[in-house]
Amino acid sequence: MSTILLIEQTLNGLQFGVMLFLMAAGLTLIFGVMGLINLAHGSLYMVGAFAAAGVAAWTGSFLLALAASLIAAALAGVIVEMLVIRRLYDRDHLDQVLATFALILIFSEGTRWVFGSFPLFLDTPDWLSGTVMLPFGIEYSRYRLAIILVGLAVAAGLFWMIARTRIGIRIRAGENDREMIGALGVNISRLYTLVFALGAALAGFAGALIGAIQTVQVGMGEPVLILAFVVIVIGGIGSIKGAFIGAILVGLTDTLGRFLLPVLFGLVMEPSAATTVGASLASMAIYILMAGVLLFRPQGLFGARAT
Amino acid sequence: MRREPILNAVLMVLLLAVPLWAHLTDEPFTITLATRAVIFAIAGVGLNVALGLGGLVSLGHALFFGVGGYAMGILAFHAQTYAPLIDWPMTIEGTKSMPVIWLVAVVASAIAALGIGALSLRTTGVYFIMITLAFAQMFYFFAISWPAYGGEDGMSIYVRNGFPGLNTMDPIQFFGLCYGLLLLVLFIVWRIARSPFGLMLGAARQSQARAQALGQVPYRLYLTAFVISGAITGLAGALFADLNRFVSPTMFSWQTSGEIMVFVILGGVGRVFGPVAGAALFIVLEHSLGGLSEFWHIYLGAILLGVVLFARGGLYGLLAGRERAHD
Repeated sequence: MSTILLIEQTLNGLQFGVMLFLMAAGLTLIFGVMGLINLAHGSLYMVGAFAAAGVAAWTGSFLLALAASLIAAALAGVIVEMLVIRRLYDRDHLDQVLATFALILIFSEGTRWVFGSFPLFLDTPDWLSGTVMLPFGIEYSRYRLAIILVGLAVAAGLFWMIARTRIGIRIRAGENDREMIGALGVNISRLYTLVFALGAALAGFAGALIGAIQTVQVGMGEPVLILAFVVIVIGGIGSIKGAFIGAILVGLTDTLGRFLLPVLFGLVMEPSAATTVGASLASMAIYILMAGVLLFRPQGLFGARAT
Repeated sequence: MRREPILNAVLMVLLLAVPLWAHLTDEPFTITLATRAVIFAIAGVGLNVALGLGGLVSLGHALFFGVGGYAMGILAFHAQTYAPLIDWPMTIEGTKSMPVIWLVAVVASAIAALGIGALSLRTTGVYFIMITLAFAQMFYFFAISWPAYGGEDGMSIYVRNGFPGLNTMDPIQFFGLCYGLLLLVLFIVWRIARSPFGLMLGAARQSQARAQALGQVPYRLYLTAFVISGAITGLAGALFADLNRFVSPTMFSWQTSGEIMVFVILGGVGRVFGPVAGAALFIVLEHSLGGLSEFWHIYLGAILLGVVLFARGGLYGLLAGRERAHD
């Protein structure tokens, strides 16, 4: 029984990690290519979730809702990039932090203004609800399993795109030397908008997928954003592979920490105290992991340079 | 005469005159607003030591604000329940005395800043921003999940803590205390900025390599600045908790970090009095725009965006001209 529960929790951790990857991949790409720290990435996650919830309520179709989340977030990304972000590439990080913080305020209050303060709900469709039997008699939520598979597929697609396609070559070239690829005739401004839209779409997609498990509400993006930062710090900035490993590590540490730490403390303490101490420590586990990585590799696991 | 000192004087006189006038016309709410502005100003002045003097973009100063707040909350909680803080190895009682609470808040947040700074300063740039933000979030979640001091609900302190010889429940007297502390903090920071340490810190901000060539260790300079900065913000946290007679995990939240940074930016980065102007402006905006619309954060965001994109020096940059490059 306990092993089955452990495997279930491991799968939950994997699902959480895969979703974090979708957020962190966009952030790390945007930083790698444009050198921009984007706090408003969480807002794009929120935009995706709200678009999905709105379209699902209107059409009743979950697939259309997912498509809407991709389109809405990418569109919001393009608009924001062209109006604001574009002016920030040459600025220092402080200006970028402040401007994107201002964008969070505008996005959050704007969403509250349009949709109201009450959380929305996005239902999982019938063909994804219920549970599925895995080998060894493990029963697991069909929807969460679908998230893991879709997330892994997106990750594989992203790796393929970066490694094999022309656009991926341009992105990697942009990471190495942006003046040079400009000189070689690549339209940098369009490349930047494209990368930003791609990151935004990934964030929006993650928001929609998670929105069906949790509630869709204003401010849902920022906690995830901060976790994505932890992922990037662990994985190393600018590295997609680092983002993937970091996301899985963070997802597993957080989920398994919440599950195992109270049990572990229960061996040496009375149950109520063990639950309290275990839960408090579990909420700090990923940050302790981050501090540990910082001690031994300040540039992150796969980071090449410490900028 | 240069415009900046005049502006400083006008600002400080206004900040004193408004609550005094409110006291005479019996409007305690305005005094409370002014007290908020003064406390936020202290927090901003604290962040400015790291941000303005040292160039350290810390997005986690809510951590120290919260540590200061909880220092007050925990001490006062034990004093109001008559339960000793710890029994062993010696009995330590809670306290309702402000000077003791301030001391504890400053020391506790300085220690927190030392530990977190020592780790975070191993990195620079964006890493530093993300890491400070993450550590503040760690404290936020810890405060939520630790039930002994209210957990998610926070805790109320029923009577404001005392200061010898004053009635702190009287708004104007409490304002006077905070204003006095602001003056003290401004004086200290002004001295620091002109001390050999402050000048060296500025040098390290402008060119780390040159500071190193002069035999300085930038890491040590940065860490010292970060600790001073955290300690001052911690003091502001204790005062803020006393103003509201309430502490909650919100003090640790990333929004608080962002707002403290906004005080610094609205006023003008690197100016000793900048955060005071920024905090005052923030309170005025909050009060006037908040009355205008429920969604006043949209306007705040737009204003902030405008300041960052088009008026980089903040209020001081607009009114007092460019910062002098040399002394």
